[in-house]
Amino acid sequence: MARSGPIRILLAKPGLDGHDRGIRLVLRALRDAGMEVIYTGLRTSPEQIVRAAIEEDVEAIGLSSLSGAHETHFLEVSRLLTEQGAEDVLLFGGGIIPKQDLDSLNNAGFHRLYPPGTPLEQIVADLQQQLRSKRKGE
Amino acid sequence: MTQDSHPGGDWLERCWRPFVEKHPERQDHFLTAGGLPIGPMQAHDLNEPGAGEFPFTRGIHPSMYRGRLWTMRQYAGYSSPTETNARFRYLLEKGQTGLSVAFDLPTQIGYDSDAPASLGEVGRVGVPINTIDDLDLLLDSIPIDSVSISMTINSTAPILLALLVALAKRRGVDPKKLRGTFQNDILKEFIARGTQRFPVEPSMRLVVDVIEYCQQEVPSFYPISISGYHIREAGSTAAQEIAFTLADGIAYMEACKNRGLDLVAVGRRLSFFFNSHNQLFEEIAKFRAARRMWANICRSRFGLTDEKACQLRFHSQTGGSTLQAMEPSNNVVRVTIQAIAAILGGTQSLHTNGWDEALSLPSEEAASLALRTQQIIAKESGIPDSVDPLGGSPFIEELTDGIEKEALSLIEDIDERGGMIHAIRDGFARRAIEDSAYRAQLDQDSGVSTPVGVERDGEIPDAPFSVDPAVEAMRKSSLEKHRENRDNDLVQNHLVKIEEAARGEVNMIPVMINALESGCTLGEICSTLTGVFGEFQDHG
Repeated sequence: MARSGPIRILLAKPGLDGHDRGIRLVLRALRDAGMEVIYTGLRTSPEQIVRAAIEEDVEAIGLSSLSGAHETHFLEVSRLLTEQGAEDVLLFGGGIIPKQDLDSLNNAGFHRLYPPGTPLEQIVADLQQQLRSKRKGE
Repeated sequence: MTQDSHPGGDWLERCWRPFVEKHPERQDHFLTAGGLPIGPMQAHDLNEPGAGEFPFTRGIHPSMYRGRLWTMRQYAGYSSPTETNARFRYLLEKGQTGLSVAFDLPTQIGYDSDAPASLGEVGRVGVPINTIDDLDLLLDSIPIDSVSISMTINSTAPILLALLVALAKRRGVDPKKLRGTFQNDILKEFIARGTQRFPVEPSMRLVVDVIEYCQQEVPSFYPISISGYHIREAGSTAAQEIAFTLADGIAYMEACKNRGLDLVAVGRRLSFFFNSHNQLFEEIAKFRAARRMWANICRSRFGLTDEKACQLRFHSQTGGSTLQAMEPSNNVVRVTIQAIAAILGGTQSLHTNGWDEALSLPSEEAASLALRTQQIIAKESGIPDSVDPLGGSPFIEELTDGIEKEALSLIEDIDERGGMIHAIRDGFARRAIEDSAYRAQLDQDSGVSTPVGVERDGEIPDAPFSVDPAVEAMRKSSLEKHRENRDNDLVQNHLVKIEEAARGEVNMIPVMINALESGCTLGEICSTLTGVFGEFQDHG
């Protein structure tokens, strides 16, 4: 059944990182653009993130990390989603992600990783476009 | 501005001369490169309060850097105690004059390296320290009775204090000789930095425990560094940065008063920590306004007449969030401007960021260049040879007054909410900062304030530094050995004592010292404390 209605997104900060300026700005911009966004707050484990994503029936999960622990947490979220049969949820991320790590994250489904300073309108437009075409494909 | 009655004569006679007779300046005469004399502080009216006089707008010392340069204190730490020790020794060799420890997130939040919550975070943004042996390795061959040590540690500051005292005892060093600073500023963690472990009330108790213990046993330490740095990084304006920081300061002074501590002694050992961003004149004005405001707050709210207790001493760091990942070598210039702002603003110590820190932790070369930047300003620019050289400039004075006015009005709003603890609970502080961050981002997005060299979809270079992921496994096995080699019954007894102390009202530091000496770890103590205090939970 094709989805309709507002786009639903979960934003989360996995691990112990407390830098939440970026994710809160994205939260605000996505809400201002009419999306329904759930933010789970600091220190959410990959298990909690995936559980919340399934319960809330979101179409995308956005993760943020600026502490260097992105590989551990992002890859675990991707693995758990697949394990739960929810691999159709779109994954994206943000923070300080070294170029060297982009390939492994790409392979795990994170095709969009927004560094600090990415224009908010770009993130909004990007997600709208991807999720619209995804809905059409369903 | 409070006008004081001063002993007769102008500033030079009543303040500067008696001071330099006791504390000689670095040189007998200061000259420009062309040979013109540079006198001490310049002023239109030397009868006005000058540097070294209440309310200290122009600086806390009469001779400022003509007497002694600021402390160059680079924040460092990563991977393991041994590797961080090597970086410390490298920085000391290069002429750094104080140490500043960056701890990893598990240590800051109170988890051992082998805890499930620490997965992926060990040694990433700082050094893991869980036991007295870890701290011993971190400070190996470093004389802790002469090198001052600053620790960016908040929730677990009491444990790091206890570890440091235990280490001093182990090395036969009198704790009274230890010098340095604990950040120990939990309120800004709730507002902007996010490493709080316990709810606000027990956290405040621990903050005061550290202040009280240091006052008695480690008197040369600054037991708290009230920080606007992270508030600014979270997106606040300059005026919000100092308003929330000074409001936090008011909350700590009140907590110390309620504990029955001598506020003069507390005030004399308070320190502050501010950010230094690109807007040169606004930043300079901010530092001047903060000094004047704090002096007046100490006098009017807390009735302090002791001038030293009213002085706002501060560390500063250049603005991490101003660094760009694109064309990152441009950051050297940003850091230089920001460093000059902090120095013209009268900072007591300074950390300059590495140019590559938008990409990862700084490489050794970048950390060294950052320190060299300070040394060039100190030795080659002539900036430290005058005192508050911009003071009296109509523009700077107007900006100083303007920031003071805005910050005072924000502090009034906070007062009306019942003080900073309430302004944290009701979300006021976070909302105000987030609104500013959102506005700044929209300005940047729309091109009003786009940084130089930053383009949409521009090239981002490789990260210059990475932490060896093997460190996590190494830490696990060393902790395993630690737990095997200690008397575990004794450890349990000490943890029970920690629990009892937490339920009571005693100062926690002495029981923590005993526990750590018996081999208890930071993580064990923290999980015992959460059993009594509960745990902070973020709901987004």
